[in-house]
Amino acid sequence: MKKYLSVLLVLVLMTAALAGCSNAPSQPAASGDDAEEIKIGINYELSGGVATYGQANLEGIELAVEQINAAGGINGKKITLVTYDNKSDHAEATTLANRMMTQDGVLAAIGPATSGAFKATIPVAEKNQIPVVSGSATADDVTVDAQGLKEYAFRICFSDSYQGTAMADFALNTLNAKKAVIIMDSSSDYGKGLAKNFKEQFEKNGGTVVAEEAYVAKDTEFNAILTKVKGAEFDVIFIPGYYEEAGLIIKQARAQGIDAPVLGADGFDSPVLLELAGAEALNDVYFSNHYSSLDQDPLVLKFIEDFKAKYDKEPDAFNALGYDAMNFVADAVARAEKLDGTSIKDALASTENFAGVTGSFSIDENHNPVKSIVVIGLKNGVQDTISRTGE
Amino acid sequence: MMNRLFEKGRMKYIFALLVFAIGQLLVVTGYLNDYLFSTLTTLCINIILAVSLNLITGFTGQFSLGHAGFMSIGGYVCALISMRIPTVPGFLLGVLTGALAAAFVGFIVGLPTLRLKGDYLAIATLGMAEIIRIIFLNLKITNGAAGLNGIPQFVDWMWLSLFTFSSIILISNFIRSAHGRACVSIREDEIAAESIGIHATKYKVTAFVIGAFFAGIAGGLYASYFYFLRPTLFGFSRSIDILVIVVLGGIGSLSGSVIAAILLALISTYLQAFPELRMVFYAVALVVIMIVRPQGLMGSKELSLDLLKGFGRKRQRGGS
Repeated sequence: MKKYLSVLLVLVLMTAALAGCSNAPSQPAASGDDAEEIKIGINYELSGGVATYGQANLEGIELAVEQINAAGGINGKKITLVTYDNKSDHAEATTLANRMMTQDGVLAAIGPATSGAFKATIPVAEKNQIPVVSGSATADDVTVDAQGLKEYAFRICFSDSYQGTAMADFALNTLNAKKAVIIMDSSSDYGKGLAKNFKEQFEKNGGTVVAEEAYVAKDTEFNAILTKVKGAEFDVIFIPGYYEEAGLIIKQARAQGIDAPVLGADGFDSPVLLELAGAEALNDVYFSNHYSSLDQDPLVLKFIEDFKAKYDKEPDAFNALGYDAMNFVADAVARAEKLDGTSIKDALASTENFAGVTGSFSIDENHNPVKSIVVIGLKNGVQDTISRTGE
Repeated sequence: MMNRLFEKGRMKYIFALLVFAIGQLLVVTGYLNDYLFSTLTTLCINIILAVSLNLITGFTGQFSLGHAGFMSIGGYVCALISMRIPTVPGFLLGVLTGALAAAFVGFIVGLPTLRLKGDYLAIATLGMAEIIRIIFLNLKITNGAAGLNGIPQFVDWMWLSLFTFSSIILISNFIRSAHGRACVSIREDEIAAESIGIHATKYKVTAFVIGAFFAGIAGGLYASYFYFLRPTLFGFSRSIDILVIVVLGGIGSLSGSVIAAILLALISTYLQAFPELRMVFYAVALVVIMIVRPQGLMGSKELSLDLLKGFGRKRQRGGS
């Protein structure tokens, strides 16, 4: 009897599911000028490996939407978010992009946070002619690759190569360094790209890279590398990688008595860096970032205040990038001639002097922002100095 | 005439044709939009993976955790070939070469490791999948950690259904052949099987190679549909995902694997609307199914088209 019952249950489940499937596409999604609301798709990593990035972006986005809607929406129309979790999985990101564009009728989509997953959604965007915007996809070939410009893809953060170049300039000009050591994460294109650009810029302007060492993500023991490096003479260490390993490298380096300044990029931006390295090791550590809460710009101060009021914590760079991405899209929707993907794409591409909390920027012909970079200096584990470079 | 048409064993071809025709109709009428089609593609790829792993784990009894490795070989080979020859023949050449490459690696790896049993084999195959992943991570031609982008997309319903149904039918025919029965006998008792003259290693390697071949096909379809490949896609968790489908459907039941793949795809699709609770519900569903049906949805039984006849007979005899 039990057996028949379970067969029956499976059948019921399947019919229910099939019935559900048949309902969904029969309601054509309302979009265009006559729609009462503006639907924006949110395709972020809310669970899985890089869930912290996705969740942080979403917090920023939700704050921005709340403010826009409280101020009366865009030309009288409210924004509604269609939020999906891509589980930090590329295939899922593609599927969800398809879902929001063909079934939910979004006018634009924001996310995913990481470059790979974002790239996976671009062909879907091109096919459906719906623009996609990422707040934090920093890989070099996101919006332009060997096949040319991705017409419907935009981002509002600078690229990895730009960070590598900026940190090389910072080492040469601000720290007066002549000799550098690179300890890179060879298992990510992020680490490799940063290392390459840092080295090119550093050597072009009179510096020398005296040693290059590599590790892979999830390593925890770096004493062998550091002992080897210690023998060389150098002024700075550049660590292109993420906070999990960088925190441990800094801790072990300081314990070995290496007190040269340590440089990094936005991969350092996490409270975990402090947990792993400890406050006393985090002196003379500098990293490039999109945003700093030390910024005295009135726009930033207001953002920090609003964010604290809503979430009761300090916003980080991903919160700020999510906030800017949403406002960037809203700004373009307001300027678009018509409410369709192509018009919004044209409006996004012609954005000039957009004032965001991660700096004001214009969109260049490659759909990248032209914006400044923040270099944050740490003292006893807390942000102590900031300098803005480049424009 | 009718009788001959519906002869036993021919039903599955008719059924496959029917499903293809319905699918084609939905595609042509535009009812199956891009989103539903991409869900369907994931489903078909999962079915091929689960059915081929079931041959190794369910029917031959060799616990393998390396299926993602074979899938990645098929995917990368297919991607590299179809990026250089971006035509339909190039895509087919890519899928088949990828599958053959996966089968070849399965052969090389299978010979030494299939001497191991149970947990030891699982660990060895897990290690193999990791090695394959690390190789792809460091090769120049596969573009390292950044992976391959812009793989031309050729997968449509025709190729998808063709590959899916031929995988299911070929594997089910293999299982019903003398070779397949030899594989099942090894699962039941390896020593007893050897005592009646079955060359255990030979059949284990055969099953392993065939399983790897079809995993390679799934990888090729994946590469061609989702435009991109990265080594991180083929980690340990993907092998586990495939194993979950096999165990859920019933170890040693091909139809069980197909049903479980469909069921999981439905659950996962439904829960997309609840991003925060999605993984919780998904996990709860798995736990509930495993408690209610510890042997899997189908156990080791097959759902065949003459099931109804079987039902009637059983009822008369036992009354349950």
